[in-house]
Amino acid sequence: MTPGRRLSATVNGENLSLAGTDPSTNALDWLRAQGLTGAKEGCAEGECGACAVMLARADTGSGTEWTALNACLLPAAALDGQEVVTAEGLGAPGRLHPVQRELAVRGGSQCGYCTPGFVCSMAAEYYRGDRSATRDDTAADAAHPRRHECGPNGFELDALSGNLCRCTGYRPIRDAAFALGEPADHDPIARRRAGPPPAAAATWLEGPTGTYARPADLGEALDLLAAHPGAVLVAGSTDWGVDVNLRGSRAPFVIGIDRLPELRHLAVGDDVVEIGAALSLTEVERGLAGRVPLLDQLVPQFASRLIRNGATIGGNLGTASPIGDLLPALLALEAAVVLVGAGGEREVALADYFTGYRRTLRCADEMVRAVRIPVPLSGTTAFHKVAKRRFDDISSVAVAFALDVAGGVVRRARIGLGGVAATPIRAYTTEAALEGQPWTAETAHAAADVLHGEGTPLDDHRASADYRRAVLGTALLRLHAESTAGPVVEAPTGRGVGA
Amino acid sequence: MTSPSNQAADPVVGQTIPHESAALHVTGAALYTDDLTVRTHGILHAHPVQAPHAHARVTRLHTAPALEVPGVVRVLTAADVPGVNDGGVKHDEPLFPSEVMFLGHAVCWVLGETLESARLGALAVEVDYEPLSSIVTVREAIAADSFQGGRPKLERGDVDAAFSGAEHVFSGELDLAGQEHFYLETHCSVAHVDEGGQVFVQSSTQHPSETQEIVAHVLGLASHAVTVQCLRMGGGFGGKEMQPHGFAAIAALGAVLTGRPVRLRLTRSQDLTMTGKRHGFHIQWRAAFDGTGAVQALDATLTSDGGWSLDLSEPVLARALCHVDNAYWIPNLRVNGRIALTHKTSQTAFRGFGGPQGMLVIEDVLGRCAPRLGIDPAQLRRRNFYVEGQHTPYGQPVRHPERAVRCWEQVLATGEVAARSARIAEFNATHEHTRRALAVTPVKFGISFNFTAFNQAGALVHVYKDGSVLITHGGTEMGQGLHTKMLQVAATALGVPLSLVRLAPTRTDKVPNTSATAASSGADLNGAAVRNACEQILGRLRVVASARLGVRDVDVRFENGLVRAAGGSEQVAWADLVSEAYYQRVQLWAAGFHRTEGLHWDSTAMHGSPFKYFSYGAAATEVEVDGFTGAYRLRRVDIVHDVGDSLSPLIDLGQVEGGFVQGAGWLTLEDLRWDDSSTPARGRLLTASASTYKLPSFSEMPEVFNVALLERATEDGVVYGSKAVGEPPLMLAISVREALRQATAAFGPSGTSVDLASPATPEAVFWAVRQARGGGQPPRLAPLVEGGVGLVPEQPDPAARPLEPRSEQVASGSGG
Repeated sequence: MTPGRRLSATVNGENLSLAGTDPSTNALDWLRAQGLTGAKEGCAEGECGACAVMLARADTGSGTEWTALNACLLPAAALDGQEVVTAEGLGAPGRLHPVQRELAVRGGSQCGYCTPGFVCSMAAEYYRGDRSATRDDTAADAAHPRRHECGPNGFELDALSGNLCRCTGYRPIRDAAFALGEPADHDPIARRRAGPPPAAAATWLEGPTGTYARPADLGEALDLLAAHPGAVLVAGSTDWGVDVNLRGSRAPFVIGIDRLPELRHLAVGDDVVEIGAALSLTEVERGLAGRVPLLDQLVPQFASRLIRNGATIGGNLGTASPIGDLLPALLALEAAVVLVGAGGEREVALADYFTGYRRTLRCADEMVRAVRIPVPLSGTTAFHKVAKRRFDDISSVAVAFALDVAGGVVRRARIGLGGVAATPIRAYTTEAALEGQPWTAETAHAAADVLHGEGTPLDDHRASADYRRAVLGTALLRLHAESTAGPVVEAPTGRGVGA
Repeated sequence: MTSPSNQAADPVVGQTIPHESAALHVTGAALYTDDLTVRTHGILHAHPVQAPHAHARVTRLHTAPALEVPGVVRVLTAADVPGVNDGGVKHDEPLFPSEVMFLGHAVCWVLGETLESARLGALAVEVDYEPLSSIVTVREAIAADSFQGGRPKLERGDVDAAFSGAEHVFSGELDLAGQEHFYLETHCSVAHVDEGGQVFVQSSTQHPSETQEIVAHVLGLASHAVTVQCLRMGGGFGGKEMQPHGFAAIAALGAVLTGRPVRLRLTRSQDLTMTGKRHGFHIQWRAAFDGTGAVQALDATLTSDGGWSLDLSEPVLARALCHVDNAYWIPNLRVNGRIALTHKTSQTAFRGFGGPQGMLVIEDVLGRCAPRLGIDPAQLRRRNFYVEGQHTPYGQPVRHPERAVRCWEQVLATGEVAARSARIAEFNATHEHTRRALAVTPVKFGISFNFTAFNQAGALVHVYKDGSVLITHGGTEMGQGLHTKMLQVAATALGVPLSLVRLAPTRTDKVPNTSATAASSGADLNGAAVRNACEQILGRLRVVASARLGVRDVDVRFENGLVRAAGGSEQVAWADLVSEAYYQRVQLWAAGFHRTEGLHWDSTAMHGSPFKYFSYGAAATEVEVDGFTGAYRLRRVDIVHDVGDSLSPLIDLGQVEGGFVQGAGWLTLEDLRWDDSSTPARGRLLTASASTYKLPSFSEMPEVFNVALLERATEDGVVYGSKAVGEPPLMLAISVREALRQATAAFGPSGTSVDLASPATPEAVFWAVRQARGGGQPPRLAPLVEGGVGLVPEQPDPAARPLEPRSEQVASGSGG
């Protein structure tokens, strides 16, 4: 870090100075102050996506992936040395980008306020390297209940799960997304993907409300943490950004750790899968590529793509929210947390890690370096999220199951619960009620009664305590029904999409 | 007004074209009010001080500490108001209140060099409150006899006699939730004062003229000293019909007092906690049927949750009463309405304007009673449709009832409803934990402002010497495509290509005394005014052309930028004719005007013909419900909707789809929760953020969504045979609620009647599934009562004041 170095970001190909920016200023406000008012504030908490922009980020290899993020949550300082593309940078009236053209001609915008954000989310999916138009559209595939959420061009609607539109009802936006072709050879944004991503800048930004620092490596990060007790560690900033915007939180010292190389490893070994704390959930999903089925089932249900592109596994462990979806799953997987401090590393079982509401065993001078999942994994796993909305909602109740069933008997059961206590919890009593029992409807019913009584659910605006208890009670019945039922093939519902 | 000589063979109206601003939307180039902030030098930012009590007296307001905060320029309080300290039209909305009426009420505003300094300044303001007792729910208001405004009553036939002789009598209760508009763009105004003291306010407002009037009366100025402009809105949905005025007035007041531009933009949580929403309703009803399922009588009392001030609650309630019949003939009917005064945001206009709540009454009745009558719900509905010659309960002839039938029949056919119903029955028989159902519901919605005076509009059309055309009209653009339609109307009326016509932003110094862009009437009213202006100009040009072409002026044709004689081959380019007219000193611009004829309405008697016409539609919705959690999916939606001859099919399709999904959100997902405990948080909106108040997202879009516009549907006497489209489709979403009810009932034995809470969230559906399976009454729901006297709706005091003509009227001029 070199205090005094000119901080800047490349936006739509133009180098713009970040000098004079306060560390509490978010990227959206900074972009708008530069005159780039295409991105909008709709909620300031990463729920609506009207502020979405694209950042050049590392792909799974050595190239670059255009990644859509909520600019309202990202500190402007985190843009130092980075490359950003906004709706203005994709095209202009008279020379529309393919994404913009499809949206415009199909009635994909009405009031237009959410549109620049949709454009960026859609463009990021348009440029996704592994998006493939050669998807096999077999009869079985046609009957898939979620078929309508993936286009013939490989466009996954999930890419738009973090964008809200209040006008259109979404159908024309879906049609626009599914009509997109491949980027042209000469498309400079597409070509940029072949090059290396921008390196993480060592950033030091002081302002009236405090300091933002992005250390170059773990050692420097730990030194900063030791020197600034109480410093806020920020990775994707999907939680801290909300505090800043909605609750007026201001920190004297913020340390950006999401680019620390030591926190960005993913290793699948014979005994353990180790996931670096600073990997985003999208990176975890891509990196694991289905090798941890429970996480593979969970991740698409976790918030939205826009959030998952920023939010990290370490951030989830750091905030330790009782309603975070990842933590019940990690509990069911019997994961361990690797904490690192000046004195070295230690490993803590996740089941022991939570000490109270948003409190953990992590000391003030430590950070989460990784999470370890022991292998082999259980054979029967499932993640049940109960929420009002399937995309981008917070769970009323989350239940993660990991069962080993052999010879028709439950040999081992691990169940993690979210939303039913002050911390994520293990359903130990239910686990005991299942283990050694035959995996039958009778066992499921008996254990369901036990699960119904786990935790201490509360009444709130998301759900009543009674409902939370009730769906805890039905979760095992559902698991049993689903784990014993064959695949259901059904006829498609109608004339296809659209009017 | 239709003149055959300018009906082009290939009119621009009716063409499928994108929104006029689509290219600006998708590139981020479209400007919204707050986008002006960075483009305005020296602008100040306003931040409110919001009260933490549902009801309290302000005993001390100490603003000096705020001025100590660096960057704070001024604190605005009641003492600063040169005119009237009121931000509403009923004079019950003090802009700077001494009595806090809801939690979040702004007691003063801080102006700062930055938003951060204004925010910190607001935190520094010291306010002492004396908390007072509060009323939070409608039921509390009913118990405390806390009402406001008039109490309308709609009555026809002999209700009591009909009940005493009826074969079947049912009664029930229903609590309908409100709805947050959640336009993606929150309220915003930017104000400045020019060198002559003229106040210029750019505002995200559906009603610039009324914003102008309120700003003027707050500032103590005449209307001509205030100009309001609306570039466009990032959504309105009724939420910017009356609510923007106070915020515009604060910004204008700040600009006048500081001499600097002022920006006031609400954050999402400020918008959620300060501005009005769709009215929640409490409904008691009793209904009588004969043995064939024909409705004999309906007796209902509707209590709306008005919030802290009257706002638009009276006309909303009047419209609710006028839509209790929906598409059904109800020979004997008595509906009482009243407005609760509660310590919450002041509920206001929202797409449908009481119509949805009114219609839900009869649809809830039919949906709950059908199983008890042993009649399929769709058949029960169809059985009761209006037929030609019948009148609504308020005395208006039901014109074109066959259109409801055509929509219904077409949706049954194209939606393959019979075949799918059979497949659904098969599915349900073979799936233990999942049920599907398909419900069909109709919509009949009256178009016009109930308040007759609002049914007028103006426009200004300029033809420049080069033949280019600039139009301005009184309507505002909030995404509904009004400007697109107006461009098409002007191009069609003048017979020029669309590319020749431009549209300038809506502002009060171009077209004065406008009505709100509301009641779905924007295109009807403004379109007629634009057309009127165009026809004035064309009338003058026709004289010039007739001399030039040597034909009678009635034989001159204006088509696609060419002017020629009917049947003749000689032609003149539009631009040449315009140029020639200029040199002949012919006026090339005109102010257009329109008033809707044939309306009359007695709001005291609740009688008359308040609507120009009815819009019709029908929707068939198939859902699947998961018995484990109550979660559900919209598998398929088929809609046939009547928009007359569509002015702009892509726009109209978008309105139908968007309205439907927004209605589905209201009925299933969107859940306003207020703290009604006795803790200090009483009155707090618990769902005051995007993370707690959930709108439909992509995952709630129907998986298959087929929308058709009814064909052969020309509407006489409306611009180019078109019909309004903004509101009616929202109510097609009642089919979602009814499908959920039917799918839920399918978990129980045949004949199961389900009591479904509103919104029908997964939790509500879960409890309904429990009920259907014989597991007891869902929480907080009163069961359907069958037979006997039943639950007789509370009959309000006969001496209560009815609505008055002024109930729907608003302030005019300063102090009005």
